[in-house]
Amino acid sequence: MLTIGNKSFHSRLLLGTGKYPDVNVQKQAVDISETEILTFSVRRMDIFESSQPNLLEKISTSNYDLLPNTAGAYTAEEAVRTAKLAYASGLCDMIKVEVIGDKKTLLPDPVETLKATEELLKEGFIVLPYTSDDVVLARKLEELGAHAIMPGASPIGSGQGIINPLNLSLIIEQSRVPVIVDAGIRSPQDAVTAMELGADGILLNTAVSGSPNPVKMAEAMKLAVQSGRLGFEAGKIPKKRYATASSPDEGISL
Amino acid sequence: MELLVNGTMMHLSDNIKTVSDVIDYFTADRPAVVVEHNGNILTKESHSTVNIKDGDKIELVNFVGGG
Repeated sequence: MLTIGNKSFHSRLLLGTGKYPDVNVQKQAVDISETEILTFSVRRMDIFESSQPNLLEKISTSNYDLLPNTAGAYTAEEAVRTAKLAYASGLCDMIKVEVIGDKKTLLPDPVETLKATEELLKEGFIVLPYTSDDVVLARKLEELGAHAIMPGASPIGSGQGIINPLNLSLIIEQSRVPVIVDAGIRSPQDAVTAMELGADGILLNTAVSGSPNPVKMAEAMKLAVQSGRLGFEAGKIPKKRYATASSPDEGISL
Repeated sequence: MELLVNGTMMHLSDNIKTVSDVIDYFTADRPAVVVEHNGNILTKESHSTVNIKDGDKIELVNFVGGG
């Protein structure tokens, strides 16, 4: 079970909801992924075209925990406002703190992320900060009281996979709250690798929504997350320089 | 009545009295419409009791796809 704050989940796959080719494909992908946590962004409503299809109208929101993000914020103040807007929907009490510090790489601003996390914790939110893979920053976020730490595997939407497994493993090792690897995942192999490192979950979006077959990729990611977790829990054999026979030497009838 | 709605100055009928009226005017009953009225974020419960007046600034926001 994945436990974040006072909530527990069977699924360790958190799914983003952006950039799907169409809402019906998205619904199928969400269903097959068996995710229990869906991320969203908070944006001005298009007041001139309010009939645009929206996933929230296709799913039963009571079956999911919604995890709005503060994407679009460049300061802690903007992130806190976005979080409060999301909370006012009455649909969620978790927030993914995402305060971007650089438009080109979309890497998070560490100082503003810390500030926003602190403020939102004071306000009573369940706070999941998206952060870089900086080990000390992750520790400081946890010390503030963050309910999960979400280090990026690589820049958002880049599909570069896990570029610093050492840092991720150090964050996982030190953390007593769940570590959810967020951003940069491209292939199921990336998800397996992160889970085998001991991550408690994976948050991904573009890897599924941008795949030529989002539904199939959603299923692949579900299985990858499950497989990686099982492998982590089971434990691996040590590597050896030379071969060790799997079959017994005794009783060979030659 | 003139209202600044999501950054656009709009002329609306004087029959629109409350925040609920504004929501009804612009949207169908979407699952997660949140309103900020003159900088104050409103709870759903207060939509029908908060009155609007000429020159008010309204932000209508909702959840959209995002990661």
